[in-house]
Amino acid sequence: MALDLTFYSWDLIGRYVLGGLWFSVQLTVVATIGGVLLGTVLAMMRISGNRLLMWPAAAYVNTMRSVPLVMVILWFFLLVPFVVGRPIGAELSAMITFIAFEAAFFCEIVRSGIQAIPRGQLQAGTALGLSYGQNMRLVVLPQALKNMLPVLLTQVIVLFQDTSLVYAIGAYDLLKGFDVAGKILGRPIEAYIGAALVYFVICLTLSRIATRLVTRPAA
Amino acid sequence: MSLDWSIFCRSTTGNVQLAGCLGQNGELSYLQWLLSAWGWTATVALLGFIIALVIGIVVGTFRTLQARSWLSGIAAGWVELFRDVPLLVQVFLWYHVAPFFLPSLKSLPSWLLVSIALGLFTSARIAEQVRAGIQSLPRGQRDAARALGLREVQVYRRVILPMALRIMMPALTSEAMSIVKNSSVAFVVAVAELTQFAMQAQEETARGIEIYLAVTFLYALTAFAVNRVLAFVESRVQVPGVGALARQGA
Repeated sequence: MALDLTFYSWDLIGRYVLGGLWFSVQLTVVATIGGVLLGTVLAMMRISGNRLLMWPAAAYVNTMRSVPLVMVILWFFLLVPFVVGRPIGAELSAMITFIAFEAAFFCEIVRSGIQAIPRGQLQAGTALGLSYGQNMRLVVLPQALKNMLPVLLTQVIVLFQDTSLVYAIGAYDLLKGFDVAGKILGRPIEAYIGAALVYFVICLTLSRIATRLVTRPAA
Repeated sequence: MSLDWSIFCRSTTGNVQLAGCLGQNGELSYLQWLLSAWGWTATVALLGFIIALVIGIVVGTFRTLQARSWLSGIAAGWVELFRDVPLLVQVFLWYHVAPFFLPSLKSLPSWLLVSIALGLFTSARIAEQVRAGIQSLPRGQRDAARALGLREVQVYRRVILPMALRIMMPALTSEAMSIVKNSSVAFVVAVAELTQFAMQAQEETARGIEIYLAVTFLYALTAFAVNRVLAFVESRVQVPGVGALARQGA
């Protein structure tokens, strides 16, 4: 009984792992960009002061935050084909799910970032004759986004880890790549250790960068 | 599209509706299966939370020790290790890899292995909350305790931890709610909890919407119940004038 590390070869990595890693990275990037955009819209709705905008946004965010991500993934995989009228693949379904799910979390980050900007900034902008939209776009959001950067990055690390949950619908991500390689070659133990190491190195690197940003927020 | 809730009164072994929604002689309705799955979710989450709380408090405390730096080094490594690997991968490690190195783990049921994985994963997060709670206390508390002649262990047990744990109640509440949601990863090693029920019952009955609605509702209900229980605990243990409740004027 010993680990057989000769199991790992460039051929195996190229054939099974790289494709999965590429999808995990794509999913993380797409969900981050889509989630921040949709999350910012939700955050603006939540602080708008207009009940017709506040309530739906709050209901959306609270629902997403109280359901396990695996269930959200299953829900979208079940419902999206109904909505678009044809079956869609697990990969596309995962992308839609993660944008919708992460938006709720990014919304709360953006909201607290906006609320941390002193009111005087908004008032000064108004005094200069800026409209509400211009104020947000030119004065508040640029400052808020800069302050939020460390928290955003921490959320991206969580998001990258969460992409492994697409296992539930069989999408081919980094974990699935190792999983398939381990099963085909009869070496699941080495494969899972390899998967853990790759995730660990990526997440540790990202969290080091996030820590740097906390200590040097002006960078 | 209309919902058909009678699916929950159907037998899981044959396509028959059961009178009163309950099966006899070992026959089960989907309702009974759902409720037992809910029980498994609660069991795994509760056990995981206990493990996380105990280890998290110890590790978080170690991280704030001033003298023995190797203990705080180990604690820092612990946090990085369990925080930077996805929970799902950690479950695989406990289920497939750990028994290879520790054969005695082979005799453990999979729900116990998942609870351990969930507990250790969450312990890293709770350790960070404990550390933040301890570091938020004014230095004077520690100095005063030392000046009274308390030893390091007594300082933590009598002064620092009782305060820090109360301050971190809101964070602890949100971790407890997360663990209920995170227990859903148990589906990958076939623990018969809510998510596993959702996937399997959806496949068997093709009534995914009703099944998912019921499961989603039970998750939300459980998280809400956890929130209420811990809010009650928080209100009972709070130090007058300290903590979030006091600031809200409650």
